[in-house]
Amino acid sequence: MIRIQEEDFCLQTEYDAMRRQSGARAGAICMFTGLVRDFGDQSGVESIYLEHYAGMTEKSLQSIIDKARSRWPLEAIRIIHRVGDLSLNEQIVLVGISSAHRDAAFQACQFIMDFLKREAPIWKKEISAESALWVEAKSSDLAKSEKWSDDSKSE
Amino acid sequence: MKILYFASFRERLKLDAETLDSAPPITGKQLLDILHSRGEHWQTVLDPDKLLFAVNQEICALDTPLDDSDEVAFFPPVTGG
Repeated sequence: MIRIQEEDFCLQTEYDAMRRQSGARAGAICMFTGLVRDFGDQSGVESIYLEHYAGMTEKSLQSIIDKARSRWPLEAIRIIHRVGDLSLNEQIVLVGISSAHRDAAFQACQFIMDFLKREAPIWKKEISAESALWVEAKSSDLAKSEKWSDDSKSE
Repeated sequence: MKILYFASFRERLKLDAETLDSAPPITGKQLLDILHSRGEHWQTVLDPDKLLFAVNQEICALDTPLDDSDEVAFFPPVTGG
């Protein structure tokens, strides 16, 4: 399940829905949330603005989910990404995975976040008292997703 | 074809979308040449080394052939999450 929305989300509500959805097949649920922090490319960040390419974002996240499902036996998968204006400490993104075993849930959660940061057409602008600057893409984020293709080569 | 611009490109070009009709079929690279011919600002913003190009909502190489019915997009490397 993929949702792009301006509204906040409730971790407990999403967790309960995933638990119901996966039933007795799931032995583990792993959930990650990303938050707005007060530093990024600049210090003194007061809020962020998130823009996305509607339609392509959902397609891109679905393709990342498909890739994850082809690597691990997974039950429910839930990605929620917020867009628009967000204040410090607000929730930006949720990735939730249920699986029979914890290893698959942990790894798939990290895999999806690594590819989301590299492929999903979403852009972040950091707003401080002095400026509003688009965040630069990090080569370290590219390296994190490339690490997964190295893994598959060695398998 | 419909051309979309996002994030810093949208702001710097002061444009989020436009429609461009091309008589002969062109590639992404040729489309970029047409846009670059608008002037130095366009060449600076749409730097081929610092952009991503999507055709019908999928990332594509610039040598991809385009059709007039395509939705294409230029945007900077992504920074969500």
